[in-house]
Amino acid sequence: MTRWAMIADLRRCVGCQTCTAACKQANGTPPGVQWRRVLDVEVGEYPAVRRAFVPVGCQHCDDPPCLHVCPSTATRKRADGIVTVDPDLCIGCAYCAVACPYQARYKVDGIATKCTFCVERIDAGLAAGLKPGVDPEATPACVNSCIAGALHFGDIEDPASNVSALLAENQHFRMHEELGTGPGFYYLWDKAP
Amino acid sequence: MTYGPRPWLQQHWDVRAALNFMLGGTGSGLMVFLAITRAESAWPILVSLLLVAAGLGAVWLEIGRKLRALHVFFNPFTSWMTRESFVALLLFPLGLGAFLTSKFLPVAALAALAFLYCQARILHGAKGIPAWRAPQLVPLMVLTGLAEGAGALVLFSSRPLALALLAAAVIARAAFWMRYRQAVSNDALESAGKALVHIGTSAVLVLAAASFYVAEAAYLAGLAAIATGWHFKLALVTRAALNQGFALPRLPVRGTR
Repeated sequence: MTRWAMIADLRRCVGCQTCTAACKQANGTPPGVQWRRVLDVEVGEYPAVRRAFVPVGCQHCDDPPCLHVCPSTATRKRADGIVTVDPDLCIGCAYCAVACPYQARYKVDGIATKCTFCVERIDAGLAAGLKPGVDPEATPACVNSCIAGALHFGDIEDPASNVSALLAENQHFRMHEELGTGPGFYYLWDKAP
Repeated sequence: MTYGPRPWLQQHWDVRAALNFMLGGTGSGLMVFLAITRAESAWPILVSLLLVAAGLGAVWLEIGRKLRALHVFFNPFTSWMTRESFVALLLFPLGLGAFLTSKFLPVAALAALAFLYCQARILHGAKGIPAWRAPQLVPLMVLTGLAEGAGALVLFSSRPLALALLAAAVIARAAFWMRYRQAVSNDALESAGKALVHIGTSAVLVLAAASFYVAEAAYLAGLAAIATGWHFKLALVTRAALNQGFALPRLPVRGTR
C-alpha cells in the first residue's frame, strides 16, 4: 500500500518562499491564495532570538476532519492518502475550512480549494513509470523547486523510500498531532539520537 | 511550550451562518415547548417553522454555489450538516401537519429536537476551532436553543407552565455555560457569557416571578432569554472563533552536532 507524505526539514528551510511561488505557478492559484505557505516564526528576545521557517499547507491527514464534515462528498481521500476536492460537487459552505486545523482551505470562485500534492503530476508520472519524490516529473512542484533541499516527497509505507530513510535518520514531529488527524506532513528538527 | 503564530479569527463563517444557529435554535426550541405545553393556538407553530426556514435561508446566502444547494444532502454518513438538512426536510412537513392538526405536534417536536442537536454537532465537528470543538458546547447549544424557545413560548403564552419551563431552561443554560467556560477559555465570549448569566438567567427569573404581579414582565423575560442566547451565538460564531493556529513543539537544531 502506498501512503504519499511530505517532509519539511526545518533545519534546511531558509524561508525563501520559492515553493510558494512554484505552487502558485503550477496550480494557477489567484492572488491571496497560497496552497503552500512558509511561516516565519521568531522566538525569544534580542539578542537571544531564534528563527524557524515552517512550510505549511494541507497535511493530507489520515483522518481528515474536512472529509467527515463535507456535506456534498466533494472532499475525498484516495487510497494513497491524498485528500482531494471535487470542484463539481463542492457547494462552498466552507465547513471544511473551519474544520481544518491547518488553515489549508481557501474559497475560490465559490468553492473550496487546497493543496493536492500536485496529484495530476503524481498520477501522470506513475502512469509513465516514474517514481514520485525521485523523478521531478512525478513530484509536487513545491518539492521540485526547493532551493535548500528542505522539502521531500515519497511513500512512507515503502521502507526503502527517501522519506522513510529521512524519518529513520532524524527526529521529527507532525503539526497538532494531539488532535488525532494523522497528518501526512512531517517536520524534521534534529538528527536521531 | 510551543512556538508559532497566535491563532486568528476564522473568516469563513459570518453573521449569516450565525443566524442559522440563532433563528434555527429559537424556532426548533419553540416547537419542542409548544408540544410540551400543548399549544392553545396553532400560529406559534408557523412562527417556529418560519424561524427555522429563515435561519436556513440565511446560511444558504453564505454558500459559494447557491444553485448546488441540494448537494448538501449527499453525505448523511458523517456530515452533521447533511443530517441537519435531512431533519429539516422532515421538520417542515411535520410542522405544517401540526399546524393543521395537533396530532403531529409531538413528532414535529422530536424532529425539532433532532434539528437542534444537529446544529450543536455541526459546531462540534469543526475541529479547526477550539471554541467550537469542545464537547461541552453540544449540550450548551441545545440548551441555549431550548432557552430561546422557552422565551419565545412565553411571548405567546404566559401561563405558569410556560414560565416554569423558561425558568428551568435558563437555569440549565447558565449551568452548562459555566461548565463550558471551565473547559474553554475565550475572552471574546466573556461579555456574552456574563449577559447569559446576569440578564439571561438572573433577570429572566426575576421578571418571570414579577409577571405574577405585572403580566407584561413575562414578555420582557422571554425577550431577555432570546436576546442573550442570540448574543452568545453571534459572539461564538463571529468573534470567538479563533482557529487552531500553528504550533511547533520543537525548534530546529541547526549546525553540526
